[in-house]
Amino acid sequence: MVEDAAETPLRIVLAKIGFDGHDRGLRVVARILRDAGCEVIYLGLRQTTDNIVAVAEQEDADAIGLSMHNAGHMTLAPKMVEALRAADMDIPVVVGGIIPDDDIEPLRQAGVAAILGPGASAEEVGRTVRDVVNARA
Amino acid sequence: MSKSSRDSEEYQSWQEAYDAAKIRDVDFETMSGVPVDPVYGDAPYPGQYPYTRGVHASMYRSRLWTMRMFAGFGTAEDTNLRFKEILRNGGGGLSTAFDMPTLMGRDSDHEWSEGEVGRAGVAVDTLADMRDLFADIDLGSVSTSMTINGPSNIAMAMYVANAEDSGFDRAGLAGTIQGDILKEYQAQKEYIFPPRPSMRLVSDLVRFTTAEMPKWNPISVSGYHIREAGSTAAQELAFTLGNGFAYIEAAVAAGLDVDDFAPRLSFFFNSHSDFFEEIGKLRAARRIWARWLKERYGAKNERSMMCRFHTQTAGVSLTAQQPEINIARVAIQALAGVLGGTQSLHTDSFDEALALPTEDAARIALRTQQIVAHETGVTNVADPLGGSPYVEWMTDEMERRAEEIFAHLLEIGDGSILEGTYAGIDNGYFVGEIAESAYRFERSVNSGRRIVVGVNEFTDGDDRSDQQLLKIDPQVEDYQLKRLAHVKAERDDEAVRASLAKLVAVAEEPNENTMPAMMEAVRSMATEGEIVAALEGVFGTYVETAVL
Amino acid sequence: MGRLLSIVERGGPRADEVAKLAHPHVGQAHVIGITGPPGAGKSTLVGKLVAEAENAGKRPAVLAVDPSSPLTGGAILGDRVRIDANNLEAFVRSVATRGHSGGLALSVPGSVRVFDAAGFDPVIVETVGVGQVEVDVTATADTTVVVANPGTGDAVQANKAGLLEVADLFVVNKSDHPGATDVRRDLELMLDLSHVSGAEEIAGGRAPIVMTNSLDGDGIGELWTEIADHHQRLIDSDRLVGRRAHRLQTEVRSRLLTALEQATDALIADRFDATQQTIGESAAPSELSEKLLAELLSPAPPQTEGAAEPGA
Repeated sequence: MVEDAAETPLRIVLAKIGFDGHDRGLRVVARILRDAGCEVIYLGLRQTTDNIVAVAEQEDADAIGLSMHNAGHMTLAPKMVEALRAADMDIPVVVGGIIPDDDIEPLRQAGVAAILGPGASAEEVGRTVRDVVNARA
Repeated sequence: MSKSSRDSEEYQSWQEAYDAAKIRDVDFETMSGVPVDPVYGDAPYPGQYPYTRGVHASMYRSRLWTMRMFAGFGTAEDTNLRFKEILRNGGGGLSTAFDMPTLMGRDSDHEWSEGEVGRAGVAVDTLADMRDLFADIDLGSVSTSMTINGPSNIAMAMYVANAEDSGFDRAGLAGTIQGDILKEYQAQKEYIFPPRPSMRLVSDLVRFTTAEMPKWNPISVSGYHIREAGSTAAQELAFTLGNGFAYIEAAVAAGLDVDDFAPRLSFFFNSHSDFFEEIGKLRAARRIWARWLKERYGAKNERSMMCRFHTQTAGVSLTAQQPEINIARVAIQALAGVLGGTQSLHTDSFDEALALPTEDAARIALRTQQIVAHETGVTNVADPLGGSPYVEWMTDEMERRAEEIFAHLLEIGDGSILEGTYAGIDNGYFVGEIAESAYRFERSVNSGRRIVVGVNEFTDGDDRSDQQLLKIDPQVEDYQLKRLAHVKAERDDEAVRASLAKLVAVAEEPNENTMPAMMEAVRSMATEGEIVAALEGVFGTYVETAVL
Repeated sequence: MGRLLSIVERGGPRADEVAKLAHPHVGQAHVIGITGPPGAGKSTLVGKLVAEAENAGKRPAVLAVDPSSPLTGGAILGDRVRIDANNLEAFVRSVATRGHSGGLALSVPGSVRVFDAAGFDPVIVETVGVGQVEVDVTATADTTVVVANPGTGDAVQANKAGLLEVADLFVVNKSDHPGATDVRRDLELMLDLSHVSGAEEIAGGRAPIVMTNSLDGDGIGELWTEIADHHQRLIDSDRLVGRRAHRLQTEVRSRLLTALEQATDALIADRFDATQQTIGESAAPSELSEKLLAELLSPAPPQTEGAAEPGA
């Protein structure tokens, strides 16, 4: 009655899984999304897929962003998608970082909603996140 | 150079130092045969306080920088074969890269280690792996560098224990361990324990090596990773030297004399693409370090005041688009490092934005250094840019910006750089400043105000279809897991428990040195992960909570 | 649960529906408000308190409020990481102020109500004590804790922000800092001089000041005991009911104010054109506002009221 529900900011959980400590990209993306009007729940380094699922539930996240700079993306990204499915949560997973071209299609097949390379512009990041959320809504 | 400056006392003293130095047997003339002097310009000359123009009077006329190429992956045995090949080819130094689980203090059978074992370096779980790594190598004559930080004392204990078991005296071991834990909280994020207990471990290793291993450098203070994480050149300079001051303060607090310890500190800087800014940064680093050591920390030994450093080209500047153009970037960055007076240099391989370097790419990177060293003539004259108005201004400006940051650290640390560094880690100052700089750079590229060739301009010609990328043999991981299981099955579990209990007891006493107990633990075949877990029980585990 | 909180945060008819459903089930949770300046270590402190609550066999929930960027409406919400660092089971919800403070004044009590009805206890609300709304939100807690830091003039700032009046308990965090005892003395002095603390009516004396170190956990046990004692005293002295009535009153007041503000805006938009000239009026501002007020308060609502209501 007293508030406008039309423009609710998107809520995005950002995290890295495993040992890899390269968080420059994750921190830059957090700022890009903030400046694109999103609410970023920043988890940072060394998260587990189980923890990310729990956070996404509590925070009612619209999307999950994972940053990957080691070769782990081929095992960890599908594991994240699988953990969400197992929890019966339909939340898109976006993977950013150094992903070789050959791995892009297999990641999509595994259920990753979008992949952002190291050269992705701020505009591209914002648009991609909005698109994957809208595709599920 | 004017006649009068050649008559000066400084010039005479420089000339004496130059004459005393051993000079390489090459022709110091231009390509066209014009002979050139070893130095131009005014005092202070190279090798003279505050060393802005270099730490040696003769610089590269005596000795070129060390062309150190960081290598190593696979099993300890694979790397051992490589080491022997390097030694057969006349190399005197071994550089050890460890894999991610080892760097994080976790064993190869940790659940997060899957896919990482032996990938970016060698896996070392136990003393048995260290034994394989250095088997049949004369540890009394080689110099070994180990790039490891969080678990550096464990790696060091394994190295010393293995050397002694092989009949080498610890006093004769020469080398460097990175051991720079402060920058882990600020940038590289390979930490294990919280900052204060980690600094206690650093002090333990510093005291141990100072007392018993005179040829070992226990800390290489590293700005490289701070820059890679997104800092500006001035932030890299200030945070790195600030960490160096913090180690000095911690060592003095642990009872060491500054001159016992400071000469064995070395530094590691990044060389990025803004040519004159990088040169100014490296010149300023020497001047700041000399002044602070002399004036603030009361150093008397000239070697304490000399900032000697290794330089690596900026991995973060390499683009995945048109990767072959990275060769040009690396060449320019390498040249800046040399003109900045580096003691040692690593050049990145052009394919590193995509994967670990292939052998061909690593060869091109090394050849790039060799072109700078032997074809460009920049090595004929020490600090050839000294006296240039722009270069001198840039050097002053880098120093001024760094001093502003030191003033902030002193303010939040109540007059102590060490306390200011702790405070800055606790309140997210370093992480926030670095992230903000990274974002500012990103925005300038995004808006097109800054051109990155191949990324936001000149993008034609990006064809990666025939790119050869290095693939790692997945069998390495299986092999290492079997090896670890075998070591665990063979060892005396009771002895492991006892040695870990003793280590914990020593760790609980802040004034005891943990190194002897650490040596006993590794000799009992306790794994790196078990030792870390035992110490976490005393020190806790660090979780990064700085978000801004 | 996460979805439900989103509905409440968005506001509107669905949020009101949730509130109606939850209302009969509330009243069990001890609501603890924690506020203080940015960088005071509040989140780390909350994490340690949550651990204490869990050890005491309770099922805590946290509402961590951070400001949205006034320029872009976005936010980086980082409290959760500091709270989570303690490996907790607790339910943590990160909330951004979303620009309009009125929304926060409505959504926080709404979210607390949902937690309460779902059986969470205690419910901890963490805010940055800078704006009036944040102070008000915290002040509606059963127990309000104000955190101050050494070396930053926090005691004086707290006084200025009106936090002294609402505090039931003070925490001086970073107790190992050399300036910690100075802050404590400043607080004691200000409390003695002003006799304003909300604790006095209950404790019969000055609000307790607890020294803590949220990094190593020093003093957290004592703080938890003081918070629990305060709650017990509220119950024993029958003042909990009064506090809750006050909370209800504050919430109803917020809702009325927001509704009136929106109705006013709608009316103004209706009667003033883009050039700021009134249409067909040349009266003095006082005269004009009196006339419009009469219209606003008249039994038949102005026809523009519906414009503020989103479709159900």
